[in-house]
Amino acid sequence: MIMIFGIPGPLLFGQLLLGLINGAFYAMLSLGLAVIFGMLNIINFAHGALFMMGAFVSWILLNYLGIGYFPALILSPLLVGIFGIVLEKTVISRLYKLDHLYGLLLTFGLSLVIEGLFRNAYGSSGMPYRIPDMLSGATNLGFMYMPNYRGWVVLAALTVCIATWAIIEKTSLGATLRAATENAPMVQAFGVNVPRLITLTYAGGVALAAFAGVLAAPIYSVNPNMGSNFINTVFAVVVIGGMGSIMGSIVTGFGLGVVEGLTKVFYPQASATVVFLVMVIVLLVRPRGLFGKAA
Amino acid sequence: MLEVKGLNAWYGESHILHGVDFEVREGEVVTLLGRNGAGKTTTMKSIMGLVPRREGSVKFRGNEMVGLMPNQIARAGIAICPEERGIFGSLSVTENLMLPPIVAPGGLTVEEIYTLFPNLRERAKTAHGTKLSGGEQQMLAIGRILRTGAKMLLLDEPTEGLAPVIVQQIGRTIREIKNRGFTVLLVEQNFRFAATVADRHYVMEHGKIVDMIPNHLLETSMDKLHEYLGV
Ligand SMILES: Nc1ncnc2c1ncn2[C@@H]1O[C@H](COP(=O)(O)OP(=O)(O)OP(=O)(O)O)[C@@H](O)[C@H]1O
Ligand SMILES: [Mg+2]
Repeated sequence: MIMIFGIPGPLLFGQLLLGLINGAFYAMLSLGLAVIFGMLNIINFAHGALFMMGAFVSWILLNYLGIGYFPALILSPLLVGIFGIVLEKTVISRLYKLDHLYGLLLTFGLSLVIEGLFRNAYGSSGMPYRIPDMLSGATNLGFMYMPNYRGWVVLAALTVCIATWAIIEKTSLGATLRAATENAPMVQAFGVNVPRLITLTYAGGVALAAFAGVLAAPIYSVNPNMGSNFINTVFAVVVIGGMGSIMGSIVTGFGLGVVEGLTKVFYPQASATVVFLVMVIVLLVRPRGLFGKAA
Repeated sequence: MLEVKGLNAWYGESHILHGVDFEVREGEVVTLLGRNGAGKTTTMKSIMGLVPRREGSVKFRGNEMVGLMPNQIARAGIAICPEERGIFGSLSVTENLMLPPIVAPGGLTVEEIYTLFPNLRERAKTAHGTKLSGGEQQMLAIGRILRTGAKMLLLDEPTEGLAPVIVQQIGRTIREIKNRGFTVLLVEQNFRFAATVADRHYVMEHGKIVDMIPNHLLETSMDKLHEYLGV
C-alpha cells in the first residue's frame, strides 16, 4: 500500500475527496450568500433553510410525482427560486431602508419557520434519496476508488460556480449587477428597473442554494436540519473569503473543504473547529477577508 | 420639451426647492446658474426622480414625470450626467460606456463617441473606470449617455475642476450634440463657459429661479450676474 507522510494513500485521498465534496457545498452556498449580500446588503440567514428546501423539493418531486433526479436539478432551483421571489417581494424588500441587522433577524426568523414547517410535516429523522442509476457505482482511479456520484457533485458544483462567476464578471447583465451593487440609484437613473433586478438576484442566490440541496440529497439524508448543519461553516467561509467577493467565495469554499478533509487525516480532533480557527487567524491578519476589497 | 412648474424638493426635513419654474424647448441648450448650495443639483435630481420627496410638476414632452420612478423617467428619454460623474470602479471603461440601456433610436454610435473623445478609445481596455483621470471620467460620463438615444440631457457641472483644453473639448461636444438635435440642461458655475454654448440662462437662488437671461443679453447683464453669483 502507498504511504504518504505515514498515512495510507487511500485514506488520504478518500478524505481529500470528502473535503472537496464539502468544499463544493461551501462554495455554492457562500457564492449565493455573496451575490445576495452584494446586491441586497442583507446576510441571508435563510440560506441553509432554502438549501434544505432544494433537497426536499427534489424528494417530493420524486416520491409524489415520480419526477427523477435530473429534471429535479432544474425544477427544484426553479421552484425554490420562485419561493425566493415571493419572500423578497413580500417581506425582505421592506427592510432595505433599515439597518442590516433587521435583514439578518428577519431571514434568521424565516429559516426557523421554514425548518419548523418541514419538521412538522416530515419529522427530523431524515429520508433517503437514491443515487440515480447513471451515477451509481465507482471508478478506479488507480490510486483510489472514487464513487461516481461524488465525482459528479464536484464537477457539477465547479461548473455552476464558474458559470455564475462568468455571468457576473463577463456579461452585460453582470456589469449591470456590479454597477447596481456599487451605486443602485445611478443605475436606476439609466433606465434599469433596479427593484426587479434585486428580486431576481435574490432568486438567483436562492436557486444556487436549492441546486446545492438537490446535489446533497443523495449524499446526506434529506432532513429539515441539513441546512443548519452546514450553514455555520458556510458563514465562516464567507467571512474568510471576504463578504461579497465572488471568486473569493468559490476559492475559499473549496479550499476550506480540503483543509477540513486533511485535518481529519492528520489531526481528527480538530476537524470540526479548523475552519473557525482559520477564520480567527484571517480576521486578525486581514479583517476584510482573503479576497475582500477595501471599502 | 421640458416644463418644470412649482417644483418642490426635500431631503428629509430640509426643504430645498421652493417652487422652481422654468422650461427648456426642443433643441435648446439652457443653463442653470447660481451660487453653491442654490439648489441646481437638487433640481437635476428632482427631474430625474432621485430625491427622497418632490412635489409640483415636471412635464417632459407633455407627460408628467413627478410620480414616476427614475428608471421610467430614463425610459421616457431623459439622461443625466451627475455632478460626481458616477463612473463605476468595478466596471471596465467599455462596460461603463455600454452600461446605460438604449431607450430610443437615434443615439450616437460607439465610433461616434470615440470620435468626439479620442482619449476614450485609447483607454477603452482600462479594467476599472475609476482609474481614468478626472477629465477622462467626465468624457465617459457624457459619452455613455449619448449612446442611449435619450434626447434630453442633464449635465451637472461637466467642466468642474478640469483643464482648459478639456473644457474646450466639452464645449465643442455640447455644440455638436446641439447641432444633432439634442436638448441640454446644463448646470454651470463658470458663466463665461456657459456663454459659449447656451441659448438662455436661468439664475437660481435659495431653491427658486430668480431670473432668465437670453444669451445675447448676457454681456449687458454682467453687473446683475456678478451680483447673483457673487463673483
Ligand atoms: N443629500 C442631501 N441631504 C441633505 N441636504 C442636502 C443634500 N444634498 C444637498 N443638500 C442641501 O441642499 C442645498 C442645495 O444643494 P445642491 O447640491 O442642490 O446645490 P448646488 O446648487 O448644486 O450647489 P453646488 O454649486 O455647490 O453644486 C444645499 O444647502 C445642500 O446643503
Ligand atoms: Mg451642484
